[in-house]
Amino acid sequence: MTTPTQLRFEQVSLAYAKGATPIVREVTITAAAGAITAIVGPNGSGKSSLVRGVLGLMPETRGAIHAGDVDLLRTTPDVMSRRVAVMPQRESLAFPMRVRDYVALGRSPFLGLWDAMTAADLMLVDNAMQRADVVSFAERRTDELSGGEWQRVRLARTLAQDTPILLLDEPTTFLDIAHEMASFETLARESRAGRTVVLVSHTLTLVARFADQMVLMHEGRVAAAGAPRDVMQAGTLEAVYGWPLVVSHDPAVGAPTLVPLRRPG
Amino acid sequence: MTSPFRRPAVLWLCIVIALTILVVASLAVGSVSLAPGDVVRALAGRGDEVAITIVRELRLPRVALALLVGCALGSSGAALQGTLRNALAEPYLLGVSGGAAGGAVIAMIAGAADAGVTSLAAFVGAVVAVVLVLALARAAGGARDARTLLMAGVVIGAFSNAVILILLTDASPERVRGALWWIAGSVSDASWPRVLWLLAYLAVGMALLVGRGRLLDVLAIGDESAAALGVNVGRATQQIFVICALLAAASVAAAGLVGFVGLVVPNIARAFGVVRHRSLIVTSALTGAALVVFADLIARTVRAPVELPLGAITALVGVPVFLLRLRRIR
Repeated sequence: MTTPTQLRFEQVSLAYAKGATPIVREVTITAAAGAITAIVGPNGSGKSSLVRGVLGLMPETRGAIHAGDVDLLRTTPDVMSRRVAVMPQRESLAFPMRVRDYVALGRSPFLGLWDAMTAADLMLVDNAMQRADVVSFAERRTDELSGGEWQRVRLARTLAQDTPILLLDEPTTFLDIAHEMASFETLARESRAGRTVVLVSHTLTLVARFADQMVLMHEGRVAAAGAPRDVMQAGTLEAVYGWPLVVSHDPAVGAPTLVPLRRPG
Repeated sequence: MTSPFRRPAVLWLCIVIALTILVVASLAVGSVSLAPGDVVRALAGRGDEVAITIVRELRLPRVALALLVGCALGSSGAALQGTLRNALAEPYLLGVSGGAAGGAVIAMIAGAADAGVTSLAAFVGAVVAVVLVLALARAAGGARDARTLLMAGVVIGAFSNAVILILLTDASPERVRGALWWIAGSVSDASWPRVLWLLAYLAVGMALLVGRGRLLDVLAIGDESAAALGVNVGRATQQIFVICALLAAASVAAAGLVGFVGLVVPNIARAFGVVRHRSLIVTSALTGAALVVFADLIARTVRAPVELPLGAITALVGVPVFLLRLRRIR
């Protein structure tokens, strides 16, 4: 990994076509190095569009997305991929691969057309597989994996990029409790190692236990941002999600816990 | 992996051995049959003068052309399937086949009797088709989108076929037969200049595709993930599209429409357990070569002295193999 680098969205507006209504409007978020920033919010609030913005896949963009001193909205994909490792929300392979080969694709941003992987690249791949706990099925094919195993393999590929910034869209979908917790612990270790970890998630209660900062998105704007304790306010969340809920505090760890209520009738 | 071939080199050696046997058999079998030993001696320029002429001047260019056509279609099929993330994609879907056939038929209707002129017209037709496909895709706002390019290819192909049918409506039976023969594919007009011309295209095209092996691996995992790994997906898609189209165009110009090779061969290569595109392109090139050399051997021997259309034989050989793979693809 290179030097710790913060990821800063500065007055970012994103739309799917010129003149179309922006999906993301004047969003400013600073994700600090060595910390976990969780972006949460209801479906369609613009979370994944922010990820697509980083990937350069949004046709209409305004503002700036700074990874250190580089504006990702005005750079090339190869420069972006050496600073930010992105795990997109969905991915299905047209042709199955061996897990180890798939994880090794994480090194491709650093290799020229004819370059072979060096010993250092192979070590980073092995290391990423260990951190994501996929070594036991490294020789299996990707079409032989369960949903949870596949999700961990994708995380391993992201870690193999060895970038200062990790941006993960729903990284724990399909994972059981143990693997979900293990994945969050992995991300916590990455942030302690100095990486900037930004994750998009729907699991608010769990995210509140691991994140240093939460950003609540609503209709393309930032509705609330700050420490989990400040963002996890029943009134704010109820207004954004449009559903009755209570926020209590976990007696074991003291973290804010969201409990959605049943709506009678 | 479940492949019996743990290393691609072992698989390649097996295919090369099979290909060598097929090449020697093709050089030996014909109106004048030769023993394998005579074939080898003739290749070295020793032995009977008649045998030397038959092998080196008549049969070798034909076998070489079949081999190169198979290489071109197999390798471009593998690359295209990876880019489009679809095991049913093939180079002829890019509008190349229709354009080439259109060019060749126009040349024939205009009275071109020389095979070289027809080939050149076919190549020009294929290139025009590729340019039209790119222009159409751009007009539709997706010059770099794989699906838009494919749709534009299908449209241009259908348009070319319509033009061919109209052109052939009042053509003489002789010209219609000539056009159909060309459309069905054949390497019977093989010559050394044509072999060398295709070899030059193939060398450049294969180098460009093999060099993009890792890029193809990345493209095959999906647009968002490829972008996350630093790939300019649109530009890479367009580059590979053009390389595949030109490879297919060169092969169509050299031997007409040899169907099914670009579709079925990459699937056979995957059945061998080859996944990474750099290996897949090489394996598909070798397998394609073996398939077309074998099909040509069948085409000119099974009902000798009548020659069957090469494209029909490759399809007949390819269909059962493809049906066996269909379950896996689904």
